[in-house]
Amino acid sequence: MDQVGMSINLSELRQSLSSGRTRDAAWRKSQLQAILRLLNENEDRIFQALQRDLGKHPIEAYRDEIGIVKKAATHALSCIDKWMATKNSQLPWLFFPSRAEVLPEPLGIVLIFVSWNFPITLALDPLVGAVSAGNTVVIKPSELAPETSAFLARTIPVYLDRKAIKVVEGGVDIAGYLLQQKWDKIFFTGSARVARIVMAAALNHLTPVTLELGGKCPTIVDSLSAPLDLKVAAKRIAAGKWGACNGQACIAVDYILVEHKFSSTLVELLKKTVKRFYGENLKSLKNLSKIVNKHHFNRLCNLIEDPAVASSIVYGGKVDEENLIIEPTILLDPPLDAEIMLEEIFGPLLPIITLDKIKDSIEFINSRPKPLAVYAFTKDDSLKKQIVTETSSGSVTFNDTIIQFACDGLPFGGVGQSGFGRYHGKYSFDAFSHEKAVLHRSFHLELEARHPPWKDFKMKFLRLAYMYDYWGLILLYMGLKR
Amino acid sequence: MTKEIFDGESARLTMKELRETYSSGKTRTYEWRISQLNNLLKIAEFHEKEIVEALRSDISKPEFESFVHEICLIKISCKLAIKELKRWMKPEKVSTTLVTFPSSAEIVAEPFGVVLIISAWNYPFLLSLDPVIGAIAAGNTVVLKPSEVSPATSSLLTKYIGEYMDSSAVKVIEGAIPETSLLLEQKWDKILYTGNSKVGRIVLAAAVKHLTPVVLELGGKSPIIVDSDIDLKIAVKRIISGKWGCNNGQACISPDYIITTKDFAPKLAESLKLQLLKFYGEEPLKSDDLSRIVNSNHFNRLIKLLDDDKVSDKIVHGGQRDIQNLKIAPTILLDVPEDSLIMNEEIFGPLLAILTVDHVEESFNIINSRPKPLAAYLFTNNKKLKEKFVSEVSAGGLLINDTTLHLTVPTLPFGGVGESGMGGYHGKFSFDTFSHKKAVMYRSYLGDASERYPPYTTRKLGFLKAVMNGSFLDIFRAILGWS
Repeated sequence: MDQVGMSINLSELRQSLSSGRTRDAAWRKSQLQAILRLLNENEDRIFQALQRDLGKHPIEAYRDEIGIVKKAATHALSCIDKWMATKNSQLPWLFFPSRAEVLPEPLGIVLIFVSWNFPITLALDPLVGAVSAGNTVVIKPSELAPETSAFLARTIPVYLDRKAIKVVEGGVDIAGYLLQQKWDKIFFTGSARVARIVMAAALNHLTPVTLELGGKCPTIVDSLSAPLDLKVAAKRIAAGKWGACNGQACIAVDYILVEHKFSSTLVELLKKTVKRFYGENLKSLKNLSKIVNKHHFNRLCNLIEDPAVASSIVYGGKVDEENLIIEPTILLDPPLDAEIMLEEIFGPLLPIITLDKIKDSIEFINSRPKPLAVYAFTKDDSLKKQIVTETSSGSVTFNDTIIQFACDGLPFGGVGQSGFGRYHGKYSFDAFSHEKAVLHRSFHLELEARHPPWKDFKMKFLRLAYMYDYWGLILLYMGLKR
Repeated sequence: MTKEIFDGESARLTMKELRETYSSGKTRTYEWRISQLNNLLKIAEFHEKEIVEALRSDISKPEFESFVHEICLIKISCKLAIKELKRWMKPEKVSTTLVTFPSSAEIVAEPFGVVLIISAWNYPFLLSLDPVIGAIAAGNTVVLKPSEVSPATSSLLTKYIGEYMDSSAVKVIEGAIPETSLLLEQKWDKILYTGNSKVGRIVLAAAVKHLTPVVLELGGKSPIIVDSDIDLKIAVKRIISGKWGCNNGQACISPDYIITTKDFAPKLAESLKLQLLKFYGEEPLKSDDLSRIVNSNHFNRLIKLLDDDKVSDKIVHGGQRDIQNLKIAPTILLDVPEDSLIMNEEIFGPLLAILTVDHVEESFNIINSRPKPLAAYLFTNNKKLKEKFVSEVSAGGLLINDTTLHLTVPTLPFGGVGESGMGGYHGKFSFDTFSHKKAVMYRSYLGDASERYPPYTTRKLGFLKAVMNGSFLDIFRAILGWS
């Protein structure tokens, strides 16, 4: 798209915003319904686009993308009246007669940067928040998922208000151009490197930014004794590593922390689970997304090429360059200073790090940047408590993986290196709203002590008034207090 | 006593000490937070006179204002935090849905870690300690950088924070641009800055490197719309108290300009004049009830606004100046053009511009065509106009029929939007601003749905759809294989 065309687009968005149309509850609801219609009527096209971009299985596509957005939009539809309502705030008596309230208002024109790994969810899930809050929106899908990007660009104008919601496709140039514009909010999902570029661009216009990044999400596995628990844990770890876009997810399991004595049990169990879920032969692996492109494929191959790392592979490790497939790969105790333990893996490699005591995992996690998620499989309540209070991360999930993403009541977002700002459910609405404080006063009952010239009586009066000492105030007025 | 030089090494060591204190975990405990809040309260309670003196020396702030706007507000804020802390710290239970059944979830407020608070010179006591209350209530370790433009208060804060607070966790670093730059090079977990948008951008730029979230408390031109159907006498008193009675206009929420109708403007200006005379006398330059202009930079800036050719014939009241004592009389400019200097920067001083329109409704367009202000005020008895104002005017906060008072309400978030800043604080909002809300989910090993896992089948897709759409009927059908 040429840049002149785009600037016209943006002024159209500004017009839609200032017309006030997008503030109406009816408009917001109609857009949410349109998102639902879009998903219902285009399921197969979405399956196909995700299949082509990422080799994503339809079940995964439904579970992690279509289903998630439908749930978010349905939830927003059922709550939007409540969210939009002004909330009354309590006031001290002294303010009588007054009324205070907090009124959420749209921030204005917002820009949503989408990443390629969940190209439907990460576009439409924030969009649900942005339209719920009454904003006009530009979505910039990822050029690394071109089929899905084209699908969104083609389909969104058909279903949603095209004067208020635009899709702008393109690569780095277009992203750079977009960042030069004045936005009222930028919502970014992606890497910390690009996040810095976004944040630096945003400061020109003091634009608030939400950064949804990733990080190395650790999974603590306590020495579980019941065989059934173990089996379930292995399944959930596998699902959290390979089941969500083959490890290419910001909340995917990055590495495991386990006690020495328990590691072989866990490795064996994981091997068995992987074989059952995904098959054994590199050529006939199924139910796994592919690596998104050559660049990431090479990056991942490099991670396991280091001889010290390669020798730690206990399962998998084979790659198919032509089809961009990497086997689910398990590594036992790769060197901690190797690249694989320093950068976010974002792919199907799973290092297992052994510790003397499971409680050492706290220090291990705390000595690294704050991750987006911490997972822990344990039945030990004191360990649970310790993890919650002593480690810091966007979220903590016990005895499962990924699933916190699907809980509308929980805020989703990072801290430190894993980003800032949060969304999902009401938090999505809040992420795109300004909470305006409103205080209504009347002309009755004027406290003269508020006004100059400042005299001693006024000082005493206000001293009491500010402490809400109503009894003292009465005494002072009656001349009984000095 | 010689003052130590604050260099890069000192900045690094300060950070190192605060990190160590933070990782010791002591600042996370309820007991530590409460003891620090109590100690902070003591500073306000035991040293009233010295605080008043410092503010007088920095900015000739009238004792009354120092007491009411700085000391009292800190006491209230601190007492509220002490009273509510236990409730604020409690994890918030969250209901979960069918998709994640069986499970429980909660949101845990955890401290960010080490936070930096950079405060301003106009309310140097309040704007320093109010954020500190939030930061320690949330369990962080803190560096406070007070403004070098208000040196007496700055050194008072160093002295008493050093004396009363846990010095391994709460530190004051005094200094100007070089010291601030050194501090900004460190890795902070949160920064709260109060000041102007130019420096705000510098703070943001520094925050990029470590992806530090930033709260910016800025200002802007906060307008007052004055309708004609009002109790003029009360309105005028409230306008004057908000403008000149708050640090002589040097406040971020100070009314900056008035918009009123052409017909009503002379009456309003006249009434303002009369009331100003009653409040500050014939010789306002000599009044003890008005703060001075903070320094000669700001004095000259204001004089430039006043001497602009476009407005020099618009002064209907005041205009006197005393360069020796850095005083400018309360000044009203009537009918200023929109392209004048005074209408194109935040005034931040005792000048009040009045714009006139044909119909009061036009004021909304004027406000909306400009950067979003920190506050917007409206005086009217017209219900329709109030409603239109609330829904159409965007600002950090709105106040109807009064000025500046919303700042003192702890149940209202205080903060800007757009050019007036981002993020809010006060009351519980302060605690939230300095807390990371961590999502925590507990699952058990029971009720594991095999539908989540490969190998994937059509039946699993049907089940998944049913669960995610929350339809029990469909779930049964899927289980029975009917779908």
